[in-house]
Order: sequence, then structure tokens, then C-alpha cells
Amino acid sequence: MSGLAIEREVLIEAPAEVVWRTITEPDQMSLWFADRVDLVIEPGAHGYMGFGDQGGPVVVEAVDRPTRFSFRWNHPPGEEPVVGNSMLVEFTLIPEGAERTRLRVVESGHELRDWPEAEKQRYADEHREGWGEFFDRLAGVVSERPSG
Amino acid sequence: MTAEVDDQLWSAVGDPSRRRVLDLLVSNGEVSASWLAGHVPFSRQAVSKHLVVLEEAGLVTRRKQGKEVLYQVDARRLDQATHLMADLAARWDRRLATIKRIAEAAHAEAKKRR
Repeated sequence: MSGLAIEREVLIEAPAEVVWRTITEPDQMSLWFADRVDLVIEPGAHGYMGFGDQGGPVVVEAVDRPTRFSFRWNHPPGEEPVVGNSMLVEFTLIPEGAERTRLRVVESGHELRDWPEAEKQRYADEHREGWGEFFDRLAGVVSERPSG
Repeated sequence: MTAEVDDQLWSAVGDPSRRRVLDLLVSNGEVSASWLAGHVPFSRQAVSKHLVVLEEAGLVTRRKQGKEVLYQVDARRLDQATHLMADLAARWDRRLATIKRIAEAAHAEAKKRR
């Protein structure tokens, strides 16, 4: 797990195969993610996601039907998305019986885009702690303080 | 808030060592760089560097007291960081809720046709 990661999950009353199609088929992706999705679901495939009149490139990383799907986005146009210039979105599908699936999403990379290369390397070498816990703790402290 | 501001904030708090410094400031109030250096496994020099980054991101403020410089957390900015984080999480919650709705409807439809 990289440093600043958003991790969320949901329990869906449908088989993993159905959930898989919902998160990977471009016409379905356009229902929950971007307005326009041009994407081939193959590792390394370059595509495009449009949000209104804005949008940007997206690159598929892992495709392991029906359990794992990940892509990078939010990298500068014209650049190859790598660690440091983009965000990684990773979906994991965990079947719980024949008709129920736990869907987990982890989005990471937010903090890395502004870092000098040397710091990214140092960061990559270090052990990382969980983010959620840190922020939960801070949020508790902040709410106890006067905000003025 | 602009993406640039977000990036600076993420950059500042995304580093585990800086989170450690931030954590110490949160739990101990106003302290000096030397005091911080005595409570972390890295050098005084590293502490100073981290404090500069945290200060630039607006998360930490400094004040001179006699010969010492004391640092403390800016609660409002920290609050902003936690809210940004919560916003991103809420965005994914909404997306996951939509995925759930679509997948469950598709599954119910397929079962009806069986």
C-alpha cells in the first residue's frame, strides 16, 4: 500500500462476473465514472475519459477477470503515467458466495505528484503506515480544538 | 480550492516522516525543533527540512520565544486536509453506490429472464 490511499468498499448482491462487467465495460463505466469512456480493457491499453468538456488519458494496468482491475489516470497529457505523475485506481472483487461480491477500491498517488524525484525514491524505500488511521486520529484532535 | 493547492498539501502530509512530526506537534502542542529531534528516529537536519515543507504547506506555524523557535500545528489547515481526504472518500462512496445499483439491477434482470 502506498502512502496516501483512499480505500473504500461496498457489498453488492450480485455475482463477481456481473460486478466485473459493471466496472470494466466502457458503456457501463460511463454510468458511474466519466461521461465518456474510450477504453480497451487490456493491460497497457491507453484510453480516454471525459468529464463534461474536460477529460484526460487513462492507462489500464492490471486486468485479472473477475477479481482485479486497475488503471492510472490524472497524469499530464503526453506523458506516460508512472508512479509520481498519476493516480492509481485499483479494484478488487472478492466473491462472498455465488451471488454476493465485496468490491474494494483503493485510489493512491495523490501526494506524489508534487514531489521531487529524490524524495519519491526515499519515500518508496520507506515503510508506510496506513492513512485512514492517521486521518481519523487527526480529525479527532482537530475537532477538539477551537477552529479560530 | 485549486489542484495546485491540493498537490502541495498531499505532498506535505503524504510522507511518513512528516506525518510523524505532524503527529508529535498535534499531541504536544508548541515545541522546538530540538525537542522534536529527540522524539524521532531521524536527524535534527531532517526534522528542520520537514518543518520547512510543513510550514510552506501552511500546516505548521512558527514563533520565536527568546532564543528558541517554537512550532505548532495550524488547526484550520489541518482541518482542511482532513476534509479534502473525506471529500475524495465520499466521491468514491458515491461511485461505489452507483456500481452497486447497476450491478444489482443487472443481476435481478438476468434472474428474471432465467
